[in-house]
Amino acid sequence: MSSFWSANLPKIGQMIAAIAIFLAVLGAIFFIAGRANGKKQKPIAITIFLGPALVLLTFGLVGPAIKTFLFSFKNSYSTKWVGFRNYQWIFTDPDMRIVLRNTILWLVITPLITTALGLILAIFLDRMRRESIAKSLIFMPMAISFVGASIVWQFVYNFADPSQPQTGLLSTIVRHLGFSPTNWILTQPLNTFLLMVIFIWVQAGFAMVILSAAIKAVPADIVEASALDGASGWKQFRSVTFPMVRSTFIVVLATMVVTTLKLFDIVRTMTGGNFGTSVLSNEMYSEVFVRFDTGRGSAMAIVLFVMVLPILIYNIYNLRRERSIA
Amino acid sequence: MSILNRTRTPKRAAKGLAESNPGRKLLGSKFATITVWTIAALWTIPTLGIFTTSFRDKKDIVTNGWWNIFIHPHLTLANYHAVFFGDGQSGLTNGVLPYFINSLVITIPAVLFPITIATMAAYCLSWVKFRGSDFIFFFIFALQIVPIQMSLIPLLQLFTGGVHLGTVTLIPKLGIAGKFAGIWLPHTMFALPLAIYLLHNFISSLPRDLMEAAHVDGASHFTVFRRIVLPLSVPAIAAFSIFQFLWVWNDLLVALSFSAGTEGIEPVNAKLAGLVGTWGSHWEYLTAGAFVTIAVPLIVFFSLQRYFVRGLLAGSVK
Repeated sequence: MSSFWSANLPKIGQMIAAIAIFLAVLGAIFFIAGRANGKKQKPIAITIFLGPALVLLTFGLVGPAIKTFLFSFKNSYSTKWVGFRNYQWIFTDPDMRIVLRNTILWLVITPLITTALGLILAIFLDRMRRESIAKSLIFMPMAISFVGASIVWQFVYNFADPSQPQTGLLSTIVRHLGFSPTNWILTQPLNTFLLMVIFIWVQAGFAMVILSAAIKAVPADIVEASALDGASGWKQFRSVTFPMVRSTFIVVLATMVVTTLKLFDIVRTMTGGNFGTSVLSNEMYSEVFVRFDTGRGSAMAIVLFVMVLPILIYNIYNLRRERSIA
Repeated sequence: MSILNRTRTPKRAAKGLAESNPGRKLLGSKFATITVWTIAALWTIPTLGIFTTSFRDKKDIVTNGWWNIFIHPHLTLANYHAVFFGDGQSGLTNGVLPYFINSLVITIPAVLFPITIATMAAYCLSWVKFRGSDFIFFFIFALQIVPIQMSLIPLLQLFTGGVHLGTVTLIPKLGIAGKFAGIWLPHTMFALPLAIYLLHNFISSLPRDLMEAAHVDGASHFTVFRRIVLPLSVPAIAAFSIFQFLWVWNDLLVALSFSAGTEGIEPVNAKLAGLVGTWGSHWEYLTAGAFVTIAVPLIVFFSLQRYFVRGLLAGSVK
C-alpha cells in the first residue's frame, strides 16, 4: 500500500500545485490591473478577460482548423499538393460510400427521434406524480460514458450459438417470441440502427430535461385561457404549447445534429467501425491515427464541417434575431 | 429568470394545474403515466444488467442471462476484488485505483481552468462593450462545430515541436506531451466555445442597473466581476461544471490521443476501453470495472442534478 501512495501522491500534488499556480497568477493579474484607472482601464480589462480565451481558441481550434483545410489538399504525409484528390476519393471509394451513407442515416434519424422522444416525455411527465424520479431514471444514461454504455449494451445485443443458452437480453426476448435470434452486431444494415438505439438511450434524457423546462415556462394563464375558449387535447397542444416551445425544440434538434456528427465513441467501442457501421468521425480518426494518412483524414474533417454548416448558419441567424429583440 | 421560479411551483399548486395541462389531456393522463414509466423502466434495464452481472460468478455469466440472478441469487464480490486489487493474470496488475486517481487529477483542473477562463470571457463579451465584440461572440459560437479530431495532430505537434512560421519560432515546444498538463490544456481549449456561449447567456441577462450602479460608485471591471458577476453566476457556473465534469470523466477521444500508453496518466475510462480489447471475454471483470467507472459520474449527477438543470437553462430558454 505504501508503494501505492508513493506512486500516486505526487500526481495529486501536481494537481494541487497546478490549481494553486493558476489561481495565484490570476489573483496577481487582477490585483495589478485593478489599480489601473482612467482611459487605460477598458483596454486592459478587455485584454485580461478575453485574451486567455482567444489565445487558447486560436491555438486549440482556429489554427488546427486552418491547418486541416490546407492538409486536405495534400498527400498523406503533407509533402505534396494533390488538389481535390482526397475529396474525390471520399465520394467515389466504395467503402467510403457506406461510411457516407451511414453518416447521413445517423444525421437524419437520430436527432429527430431523440428530440421527438424528449418532447413526448417532457409533455407526458409534466406535473405527473413522482416526476423527478422518472426524470432521473431516464436522464441517468447521460452520466454514463460511451465506453460504459457499450459494455452495458453488449449484454443486450450479445448473441450465442443457437445450441447454447442465450445471455443477451434481445436474443432471449426474440427467442421467447418464437423467432430465432441472429448475430445482431454483424447483421448489416440492422447493426447501424442498433447503434443508434444506444445514442438515443444516452441522449433522450438530455432533450427531455431541456424541453421539460421550456414547457414549464409556458404561462399557465395562456393554457387556461385556451381551455376556456374550448380548445382541448391535441388542438391545445398544437396551437398553444408547441408554438411556445418551438424555438427550444429547434435548439435541441440542432445540438443533437452536432453531437451526432462528432459521434465517435459508440461506433469506436461497439464495432470499431467494422461490419459496415463506420461513420465519418470514426473513419477520420482511423485514417489519421491508424493509417497515418493526414490528407484523407483532413478532407473528411472538412466534409463533416460542411455538413454541419447549414445548422450553424441557421443558429447564428436565430441568435442574432433574439439579440436584436433583447 | 422566470423559469427558475416556475420550476419551483409548490406541489399542491401543481396538482391543481394537472387538469389544465394540454399534453397530458392529449391521450388521457393514465396513458401518459404508463408510457413514462414504461420508458423509464426500459431505460434502466440495460444498466441494471451490468450491475447485476458484476456480482455474478464467471461461470454463471457465460451460461445464463443476468436476469437469472433474481431466480437463483448467487452473489460474489470476487470481481470487484479483482478489479480493485488486481488478480495477477488480468491486464490490471495493480488494480483500478491508480487510473481512478489519474482520472481525478485530469478532471478537476480540466473543469476549473476552462470555467474560470470562460466566465471571464463571457463577462467581457456581455458587459465590456467594444467594437467587434459581437463578431467575436458569434465566431466563438461557431467554433462549437469544429470536429475535435481536427485539432489532435496540430496540438500534438505544438506540444512536441512548438509553432513555427517559416524559420521564426512563434511558440517554443511546450514539452508537455505525456504529462497531465498535456491533457488539461486540450480539454480547456475544447470546452471554451460551449462554456462561453452558455455562460454568456446567463451573464448577459444579469440586471443592467446593478452593473451601472457599481460603475457609478467607481468600481473597476475587475471589482464588478469579482463582487457582482461571480457570486450571481454561481448557478450557471455550477451547471456547466457538472456538464464539463461528466464530459471530461467520460471522454475517450482526448484521453486516447494524449495519454495512450502512458501508464502514469491514463484515465480509468481509456483504460477500460483498452481492457475491452485485452480482457475480451472476461465479462466478470469488465462489468465490475465498468460499474466502478460509471459510479463517480452517477454520484456527481444524482447529487447535483438540481443545479444542473436550473443553471444550464437560465437565460437560454425563452
